[in-house]
Amino acid sequence: MLYAILCYNDENLTSAWPEEKERETMDRLAAVEGELAAAGRLGPVARLLPTTSATTLRKGAGEHIILDGPFAETKEQLLGFFIVECVDLQEALDAARDLAIANPEGGAYEIRPLAIYKPGDPKK
Amino acid sequence: MTDIAWIDKALTSARPQAMGALLRYFRNLDTAEEAFQEACLRALKSWPDKGPPRDPAAWLIFVGRNSGIDAIRRGSKQVALPDEEKISDTEDAEADIAERLDGEHYRDDILRLLFVCCHPDLPSTQQIALALRIVSGLSVRQIARAFLVGESAMEQRITRAKARVGAAGIPFETPDAEARAERLAAVSTMIYLIFNEGYSASGEGAAHIRPLCDEATRLARLLLRLFPAEPEIMGLTALMLLQHARSPARFDTEGIIVLLEDQDRGLWNQPMIAEGLSLIDKAMRHRQPGAYQIQAAVAALHARAAKAEDTDWRQIDALYAALERLQPSPVITLNRAVAISKVEGAAAALEMIEPLGERLCGYFHFHGVRGALLLELGRRQEARVAFDRAIALANTAAEAAHIRVHLDRLLKDSGAA
Repeated sequence: MLYAILCYNDENLTSAWPEEKERETMDRLAAVEGELAAAGRLGPVARLLPTTSATTLRKGAGEHIILDGPFAETKEQLLGFFIVECVDLQEALDAARDLAIANPEGGAYEIRPLAIYKPGDPKK
Repeated sequence: MTDIAWIDKALTSARPQAMGALLRYFRNLDTAEEAFQEACLRALKSWPDKGPPRDPAAWLIFVGRNSGIDAIRRGSKQVALPDEEKISDTEDAEADIAERLDGEHYRDDILRLLFVCCHPDLPSTQQIALALRIVSGLSVRQIARAFLVGESAMEQRITRAKARVGAAGIPFETPDAEARAERLAAVSTMIYLIFNEGYSASGEGAAHIRPLCDEATRLARLLLRLFPAEPEIMGLTALMLLQHARSPARFDTEGIIVLLEDQDRGLWNQPMIAEGLSLIDKAMRHRQPGAYQIQAAVAALHARAAKAEDTDWRQIDALYAALERLQPSPVITLNRAVAISKVEGAAAALEMIEPLGERLCGYFHFHGVRGALLLELGRRQEARVAFDRAIALANTAAEAAHIRVHLDRLLKDSGAA
């Protein structure tokens, strides 16, 4: 089964990381990704720009409403995700645990099984 | 996970909101600052054991408020801290406060905190120093280093600025829409000043000054999160991101300025560019053009050009023309002339800037641009005179060195001719 591991954290804090810390964390995460990829379990990985760059289309009965910013004001924001193949929740939790060791500072990983998966192949 | 580095980050991040609320409460910058300091000290004692509170800002406001009230009651005599047991019952009250911190309220708190720093009576350097101290929480030593002055001189400067702000009276009424827009504009200007202070730094000491660019970007993002639908705040943030993205390519190994057209575009920071472009995209949807948006749109055109020769100068000319209409200034005309020189040639550009001579005669870039245009037209002697003027007016060693490269080339060529 495919699982999404959604990364939540306070973007106020993560966007203030010094360059070196940022690089080290990304290197450690890349190592975990490498293991998952080698096992043929890693799908797309994405990191999102800050929520200030977000636009929300609120579905309405007639006209849709377009709003600046994310849908919900929360303390922690969705910052990115990993798609990982796992036999069960336990394995997904193990993957999330490895990611948490690589990126230990604050926040949470939400583990959500995928209902539909269309990896696509966008051209730049 | 409660290490000291994390606590430090959390305190910095909570600072504007907590200071803003404490300022509203105590109506005095010094009292608010002391109360915040006190709350930070207690956080450093309490958080490592108990873990961080759910809402650090609310915790700091609550603890800071109590300690400030204590201090006032004691007539500001120094008294030992109450023991930790007394602080532990903040946990319950915390939830209560967090609920009362509705968005509208703390938005205006933070805006007020930023706004008091840009009092029109304060010269811009004092505005920046005050904001870096009060809002960003930089130490006096850090600020002194960024401005290349002694610590005691900076201390005095900040004290004087605070006194001036205090004497002028801090506006505590909740602003109406118009007043809020005015405050936003003043605060935007101040944030952009902080950015430029960092961006224009070069040579020795620049390493201490450049972080001001990051700080300004952080403040702009903070403002944008508070006012997510303000196109000019999007424009300001985009402008700074798009300019800052070029930082790794702006100086060569000897610290000499590398012109935009000669920069290694592979060194530009792509995530910053992506963020800047997305913000300017969002801003344009509002159809309320403003000076920051237009300048950001110019920066976006540069960012979108993979090679210097791909730059859409015609569009840049049109944008500067729009900026000229919005906010007439000889400096903008000078910028526009650079675009004109690419589209219509050096002669047209020169004709455009000649009338500016009187107003810009003391401006380094005017003589630099004029020299380059004259050189392009083969008027070498006049070019030399212009470059000489530019060097005499250079603000930094890097600016002077950049012009000297032109001059050396000019002299070498004439030697060969």
